[in-house]
Amino acid sequence: MNATAPPPMRVEDLNAFYGSREAVAGVTMSFAANAVTAVMGPSGCGKTTLLRCLNRIHEIAPGAYAHGKVMLGDQDVYDSDISVVELRRRVGMVFQRANPFPTLSILGNVTAGLSRSLSAAERMNVAEHALRGAALWDEVRDKLHKPATALSGGQQQRLCIARALAVEPEVLLMDEPTSSLDPISTLSIEELMTSLTDRYAIVVVTHNMQQAARVSKYSAFMLADETGIGRLIEMGETSRIFTKPVDSRTEDYITGRFG
Amino acid sequence: MNRSLASRHTASWIGGTVTALCALIGAAILILILGYVAIAGGRAINPAFLTQLPVPVGEPGGGVANGIVGTLITVAIATLLALPIGLLCALFLALFGRGWFPEAVRFLSDVLSGIPSIAIGLFAYTLLVAPVRHFSALSASVAFAILMLPIILRTSEEAIRSVPRSIREGALALGLSEFATTMRIVVPAARPAITTGLLLAIARVTGETAPLLFTAFGSQFWELNPAQPMAQLPLQVFTYAISPYESWHAQAWAGALLLIAAVFILNVLARLVLTPRTQR
Repeated sequence: MNATAPPPMRVEDLNAFYGSREAVAGVTMSFAANAVTAVMGPSGCGKTTLLRCLNRIHEIAPGAYAHGKVMLGDQDVYDSDISVVELRRRVGMVFQRANPFPTLSILGNVTAGLSRSLSAAERMNVAEHALRGAALWDEVRDKLHKPATALSGGQQQRLCIARALAVEPEVLLMDEPTSSLDPISTLSIEELMTSLTDRYAIVVVTHNMQQAARVSKYSAFMLADETGIGRLIEMGETSRIFTKPVDSRTEDYITGRFG
Repeated sequence: MNRSLASRHTASWIGGTVTALCALIGAAILILILGYVAIAGGRAINPAFLTQLPVPVGEPGGGVANGIVGTLITVAIATLLALPIGLLCALFLALFGRGWFPEAVRFLSDVLSGIPSIAIGLFAYTLLVAPVRHFSALSASVAFAILMLPIILRTSEEAIRSVPRSIREGALALGLSEFATTMRIVVPAARPAITTGLLLAIARVTGETAPLLFTAFGSQFWELNPAQPMAQLPLQVFTYAISPYESWHAQAWAGALLLIAAVFILNVLARLVLTPRTQR
């Protein structure tokens, strides 16, 4: 692990809108390689919107757009000549609720993002690798052709992680990935996140401070101002944010005075 | 308002009873029709009725085999015409559904679904029969396709739209293109509901009679060529029902029973398709 490695992803003065409503304003932050960065804050603080700007899934909602810079390596993902499809292969995403493709088998789900020119053997190879990476292989190896919807909620979420890993992204975005899961499944996903940092930069949105404290190396705290626009309040190493927050609002949040 | 509890209970009881009675009447009418058709038609249904050609008045027996086959052919061609157009149109509306043009398409499709079938038949007659001075099953198929189109279109659009947004987002987030997301993920997820719409559209036209009068026209013979006038089950029911002969009346009821059975089966299938499968 190289401490001086350049951040794989960096946001500069990002502003995100839904029609005329501004949801996020003036956010500048960077996401370190081989680490989990947690973005936390109360509901409506713009943390999910920020995350969705990183792979440009934000703009598929009607009227939604963003401006500012989101640098992936030395490329601005908001450049007009960038391929959104290519971007989303490099920046994977796991959603709040597991969303396996209902008509596909477990295997079909894991390989859904792969090129169709791959042979069956190659697909199987990638699938096994991704399922092992998502700590799901042992549970599903005998039922790869069963429907994905037959899995439990926690397994479905790990399947969605495997599906994202299969296309070998550089960054993995996770939008409150455990908020609909039981504590045991939550624990397994959190352990998974930690183990995935040896290959990926992970950005996780969470409203659960304990989770942020458990899994992340860096934390960002966001809050909506009085007009409802989400802003970054402060960011730093998680240990520092939780013990010596600079901003009193962060301290209020950490100590449970609001949110 | 300060009514006593007793009067509220009374009002509630009356309301409940009246609505239940109305529901009973509604169901009873359907059961009455079905029962009567089953009894009147059941008498004349036998293997010969299903497998033989019509016979001249006075001769005993005979059947509607040519009408059954004719209806199947006509509806099948109509489905082949309406399905691709309706499906592609629904895809367009579901994916690019905003703006004046898609709204206009939706509005026109709703209007189209309200046009009396006889008018559609007249249109098909003017377009395909009058110019060539020749009745044909194909012209009936075109009329049927026009009747099916709005049903297929709107149910398919609804089916595609009702696929959860999270599924679409999941596919896009994997780096699938809009096209691949739609064709590989969204449409397959919508397929049961699309199939239901298709079956209901088929059920809708299977019993249609009015457009057939001046398109397929009917025939006494085996006719499998869609360019020719062709026997149709609903037409045979119509012809037999208005005839003065007792034996034909019985056959009319039997034909009606067949049509109702077909529509019934299609509706049951439409429901079965929608129930989630556990195997795949």
